[in-house]
Amino acid sequence: MRAVTVLEPGLLTTVQDTGRRGQAAIGVGRSGACDRASAELANRLVGNRSGDAVLEVTYGGLVLRADADVVVVTTGARCAGATAHNAPILLRAGSWLALGAPARGLRTYVAVRGGLDVPPVLGSRSTDLLAGLGPPSLAPGDVLPVGEPHLPLPDVDVAAVAEPTGRQLRVRVLPGPRRDWFPDAAWDVLLDSAYIVTGESNRIGLRLDGPPLEHRRDGELPSEGMVRGALQVPPDGRPVLLLADHPVTGGYPVVGYVHDDDVDACGQLTPGQVLRFREPAA
Amino acid sequence: MRVLPSGSTALLVELDDLDAVMALHVTLLGELPAGVLDMVPAARTLLLVLDPSTTSPAVVERAVREVRPQPGARVVGPVVEVPVTYDGADLSTAAEALGCDTAELVRRHTVAEWTVAFCGFSAGFGYLTSPAWPYDLPRRSTPRTSVPAGSVALAGGFSGVYPSASPGGWQLVGRTPVAVFDPARDPAALLRPGSRVRFLEGGRG
Repeated sequence: MRAVTVLEPGLLTTVQDTGRRGQAAIGVGRSGACDRASAELANRLVGNRSGDAVLEVTYGGLVLRADADVVVVTTGARCAGATAHNAPILLRAGSWLALGAPARGLRTYVAVRGGLDVPPVLGSRSTDLLAGLGPPSLAPGDVLPVGEPHLPLPDVDVAAVAEPTGRQLRVRVLPGPRRDWFPDAAWDVLLDSAYIVTGESNRIGLRLDGPPLEHRRDGELPSEGMVRGALQVPPDGRPVLLLADHPVTGGYPVVGYVHDDDVDACGQLTPGQVLRFREPAA
Repeated sequence: MRVLPSGSTALLVELDDLDAVMALHVTLLGELPAGVLDMVPAARTLLLVLDPSTTSPAVVERAVREVRPQPGARVVGPVVEVPVTYDGADLSTAAEALGCDTAELVRRHTVAEWTVAFCGFSAGFGYLTSPAWPYDLPRRSTPRTSVPAGSVALAGGFSGVYPSASPGGWQLVGRTPVAVFDPARDPAALLRPGSRVRFLEGGRG
């Protein structure tokens, strides 16, 4: 069996793919990589299919040993000492891939040619930290089987892609289903303010600190379905931006949605970074 | 019917009541608009999750406005029997709220034919309704930090079974050994929209 062994998992490393679809009606969310585009790129660079499982490394720290010759690549947040960033390399049996802390960005994706062949749960190998589905977060000594490659290796030395920003991020926001619960003044506050990503953020969502958004409706909202990118406003008025492991339904009003194409970049924000919102160009 | 925006990859359809949600859900299951990946029924709303590479919220909205659900239509799923030991910590409180004793609560809970209206809160958590259960029970003022898996509970007009240990604010009336959610089983969720449920009094074991 071809495999890689986890020597150090870092703060949090999980297995992720494109997630569980079509099961929200039984309360099972999609989950999957927080930065989908980076995970997809990692797969493409080693000739994997887009649904193959990769590792999502949170703030570096992963040390992986190849137990056979494997082709690997990292994408997303560039970790100190990463030799395979956006550039696939052959990792010889017995040698290590060691990721330091990233200077910018939060999540690094590691694809191994052939994909990580851990057992799927409900059709996906993704770890959903909220629902407790999929493989547990990686621990030292974990052995991850590697599957058979399905596609030829692309002839790419280095993929030219933008790195995650280390400064403020500005994203497009669209009205959400409960936009009309909020006065226009609250929407203006959202568009005019700097929101700081707090340390309580995780794969479920970004908790933001900044001017509170006050709504004018009393009473409870019956829980309703939502997808990633939702800006939920709890009673304290500070919005929470839902990411990959968000609950399938929620009872706080959703004032807006970050455009889906901009959510990946939000998944790369580190605590202390500033997030701003703008309306899309007409 | 109100169609509410939900970003670039979803639409939220708001309806008058739960019956209208269930009717639209079953109708759309029969003629799913192209590019709809997932549907999430809830108490007043139906969320449609789209594949933005093949469709758009505007296209799906047009398709949804064209369907004509039959009033009263709903998913009809399998019958699930759930044996319950009625010894929950909130059994007396819940009976008091219903204005009866605990034996009468158990009788009403077990004679009712329940249907899973929708799921949510956690994986495999079904919200059960019944025409024989017209009550509206308050949630606990302080939610419990941990409710054991298998707890049978009441809140609002609903009954439910906690699929896994989790925090929870529903009134606990009993417990069942049935694993209502098991990701290794097919189907993983016993209580899916449309499943019909009978609670059976399972003694004091």
